[in-house]
Amino acid sequence: MSLNVFFQHCLTGISLGGAYALIAIGYTMVYGILRLINFAHGDIFMVAGYFMIFATATFGWMAGIPIMLICTVILGVVIEKAAYKPIRTAPRMSVMISAIGVSYLLQNLTTYLFTALPRPYPEIPILKRIFQIGSVSASLVTFLTPVLTILLVVILVYITNHTKIGMAMRAVSRDFETSRLMGIKINNVISITFVIGSFLAGVGALLYFTDRMSVTPFSGTLPGLKCFVAAVIGGIGSVPGAVVGGFVIGICETFLIALGYSTFSDAFTFILLIIMLLFRPTGLFGEKMIDKV
Amino acid sequence: MKKKVVSLMLCTALTAALAAGCGDSGSADDNAASGNGAASGNEASTEEGEAADGAASGGSVIKVGVFEPQTGENGGGGLQEVYGIRYANQERPTVTVGGTEYTIELVEADNKSDKTEAVTAAQTLVSADVVGVLGSYGSGVSIAAGEIFKEAQIPAIGCSCTNPQVTEGNDYYFRVCFLDPFQGTVMANFAKEEGAKTAAVITQLGDDYSSGLGSFFKNAFNSFGEVVAEEQFQTNQTDFKASLTNIKNANPDVIFAPSSIATAPLIIKQARELGITCPIMAGDTWENATIIENVGEYTQDIFLSTFFDEDGVDEAGAAFITGFKEYLTSNGQSDIIPAVSALGYDAYNTLIDAIEAADSVDPAAICTALATIETTGVTGAISFDANGDANKDMAFIKTVEDGGFKFLKTVTVE
Amino acid sequence: MNMKKTTKTICTLIAAAAFIALLVFLESNKNKYGMAVTVLQKGFILAVVAVSMNLLNGFTGLFSLGQAGFMALGAYTYAIFTIPLESRASVYYISGMNPVLAGIELPMLVALIAGGLVAALFAAVIGFPVLRLKSDYLAIATLGFSEIIRALIASPQMDTITNGSYGLKSIPAASIYVVVGLCILSIAIMALLINSSYGRAFKAIREDEIAAEAMGINLLKHKELAFVISSFFAGVGGGLLAMFMRSIDSSTFKIAMTYDILLIVVIGGMGSITGSVLSALLVTASKEWWLRFFDEPLTVAGVNIPLFRNGFRMVIFSILLMVVVLFYRRGIMGTSEFSWDGLLRLLKSLPSRIGSLFRRKEGTAG
Repeated sequence: MSLNVFFQHCLTGISLGGAYALIAIGYTMVYGILRLINFAHGDIFMVAGYFMIFATATFGWMAGIPIMLICTVILGVVIEKAAYKPIRTAPRMSVMISAIGVSYLLQNLTTYLFTALPRPYPEIPILKRIFQIGSVSASLVTFLTPVLTILLVVILVYITNHTKIGMAMRAVSRDFETSRLMGIKINNVISITFVIGSFLAGVGALLYFTDRMSVTPFSGTLPGLKCFVAAVIGGIGSVPGAVVGGFVIGICETFLIALGYSTFSDAFTFILLIIMLLFRPTGLFGEKMIDKV
Repeated sequence: MKKKVVSLMLCTALTAALAAGCGDSGSADDNAASGNGAASGNEASTEEGEAADGAASGGSVIKVGVFEPQTGENGGGGLQEVYGIRYANQERPTVTVGGTEYTIELVEADNKSDKTEAVTAAQTLVSADVVGVLGSYGSGVSIAAGEIFKEAQIPAIGCSCTNPQVTEGNDYYFRVCFLDPFQGTVMANFAKEEGAKTAAVITQLGDDYSSGLGSFFKNAFNSFGEVVAEEQFQTNQTDFKASLTNIKNANPDVIFAPSSIATAPLIIKQARELGITCPIMAGDTWENATIIENVGEYTQDIFLSTFFDEDGVDEAGAAFITGFKEYLTSNGQSDIIPAVSALGYDAYNTLIDAIEAADSVDPAAICTALATIETTGVTGAISFDANGDANKDMAFIKTVEDGGFKFLKTVTVE
Repeated sequence: MNMKKTTKTICTLIAAAAFIALLVFLESNKNKYGMAVTVLQKGFILAVVAVSMNLLNGFTGLFSLGQAGFMALGAYTYAIFTIPLESRASVYYISGMNPVLAGIELPMLVALIAGGLVAALFAAVIGFPVLRLKSDYLAIATLGFSEIIRALIASPQMDTITNGSYGLKSIPAASIYVVVGLCILSIAIMALLINSSYGRAFKAIREDEIAAEAMGINLLKHKELAFVISSFFAGVGGGLLAMFMRSIDSSTFKIAMTYDILLIVVIGGMGSITGSVLSALLVTASKEWWLRFFDEPLTVAGVNIPLFRNGFRMVIFSILLMVVVLFYRRGIMGTSEFSWDGLLRLLKSLPSRIGSLFRRKEGTAG
């Protein structure tokens, strides 16, 4: 593998990892607070892709982006209120089945509404400008993804560590009941968690789909599962952990394909998960409980 | 309490439904079938008066099954094939057997591009008492359904399923298109004529069409050149950059990427963005207007082989082209005639010709007649060999130009 | 008030006889009732897998989502060993069959059990690490495992064994008696197991792991046992599915397959065998047959109702799943099993229950 090819792969891997990281944060935050694998998160990400298509078609991409983000956030909060809140006291398994049910519903609903054929994702001219550095060529979005990811994470970490709502979130993730007794409005905290998670999924969708150019009802399934694995690898509940996990999976996956093992690129993610759970169940950053959000 | 009542009612509903389902399944079938009839009849009456006249004078009805994916991965292509069949049915709504005029009614079953669904979808057609089946787009589902049609002894005519396995060992499956070993060789020969010495092959894992065609191309190409890179991708994968970077590195003269309509634009766009400029080739699936819409500006140097060309037809073919273009536009489609629609049209006419030749509506007799039939369709002469495959020795190579597919040349293989 | 024992036995015998008569009737009129035959077979096969999933999720309280992977193992094992020798060359038309396997052809039943054993073996191997995990990690790990299996099966490296991307066909079929009979046998064995002392230990683990351990139940051993047995029957179910479908490929066993089974288990009631069986039949019949009209364009009085088109059926099913999860968490049967007494009580109390339902409605309205 020549150096140029190596850099090209690195670039692809980092860009993919950035998008994964943004989705993984949504999993890690919801799990930290509700102890729930939000199986529908990958599908929220997919629906965000469709929102963008229709928002751009009507309002152009500049207005389309904020509209898409708002719609995605609303969807995330509605799902929480409709499908998770009523059964919050039920056994864990029921809540998880409910999450799978929402995922199933979103997939079937989008198949029904938009057919299973891929829809072209709107092209945002600035993001698609192709840059050439040496013999490595890629569009702006590829370079932008990791930068934007890091920026958003820094903001998020600031929010969780230095604002009142961030403090409330940390408290809830530490001890649900006690924080309720301390006067924290649990429902608000949970809603905010879903707002942040869905917002990041929306941004992730924008970056991911701009690079990949089409959306199908099943676009969210595999990224969703992989990002959960990323969250576990980083240590579930830890935001920086999720980011590291996202990059690890993105880069490993790209290099596996590059080395000709594309068959096992998906399988690898899960093998990594099982190994991680065996030797370090808390994940890479799991011990720093303070960061848990 | 309320919940209990509901669950009890669910139980009783289940028992009742089971009993009803088992006891009167015959009548249920009839209902379903007549429902279909009503739907298609309605369609026909709005579009054409003749069909209604035929039904009124004849009274007898025979059913032809349309076994196509209308949703799922291959939903788009399947639908185009269905349009061809529907149009053929509209043009030729009756058949005379033994002095009686029968109205032909299409029974459509969606196999959802999924093998598990295909079995039950095929079973629906068998239960609806069809005399013959047309379809399917996609070889995998045809292979899965083949056993059902074989068991029920109903002849099936594949329109665009090119995998050899479809007809192999199945006396009841025929097809009007060429096969993948042929197609793979055609594209390899074409690449050779274009001066290619090295090639890269990208195929989809778990997809018999893509993997099969890729492997036939590889075999043919290796006889004179070298396949320098072989890449596989997963179903629903959307990121091909890592694979394409490898290919770019191997620097082939041509890329062969047989894949579904969904995947094609992704591969083309990502390849061009990475700065790969060599020609990209594929098989029949790529002849689809959706691909042109989706690739945007990157339409240069795309080549594909296909079954049909609008300019290469006789008089009857010309009538089909004008008629079908109108039909497509009236259904809100673009007026580029997809090759699979032409094949669907030919498959329907071949089946009806066989019914006439057999002079019987008995599926077994139709099957016997199909084995020896010789007819001419819009995609060329049609007759079947011992396997049930059409004797076709010519493929059309096309390229993308001015937002449409442009005929380039025909390639034959001895 | 309960029925006499002899009455119950007579009832059971009559029901069994009626069922067999029904099978004979359907089989002899296969062409006319093809759909019923298909649905009945597929329903029973899914029932086997659903009960095997219920054994884990409903009875032992382990949330596993690996069913599709184990089915794939069973289905491929069955298919590889039963495809008739003479058609193997045409099935493995790309790269030929592994010479070690090419000469081996097993009788159906042996191949089916072999399929189950292969699935059980894999389960035993991965069970040791995976079963130590907490419930939600277990779900993801098993789901991941089934994806790994699928990737392995489709990989070009396995071409000479599983035929990779090209799938297997010409798998010998069996008559409806054999299929349904084997399904009932498998379900009966699982039912016996659940009612044995092992089954009680499983339920104890479900209710409270710590208490169960305190009572002297070896947690890991019993979890492993439940996992292996469940996988064995998922494998057998997969083999039966291959027998029914006649041709399989790796995409048959996607995550969606596991979700479909989960839907059946949830609707039938987590922790009820008869619930799973009833639900498997009901869901399969409605999905494949009775509710197909949801996908057909519907015209009422000349007006096309736009809601009815392709894909609508699956939307209805997802909504149904959500409704069951949110409002009727017990499903059809909850954790109880079918019994003649229960049926009798149900029939007797039906009028008063419906009455009370209406009265309550009036009450709330007033």
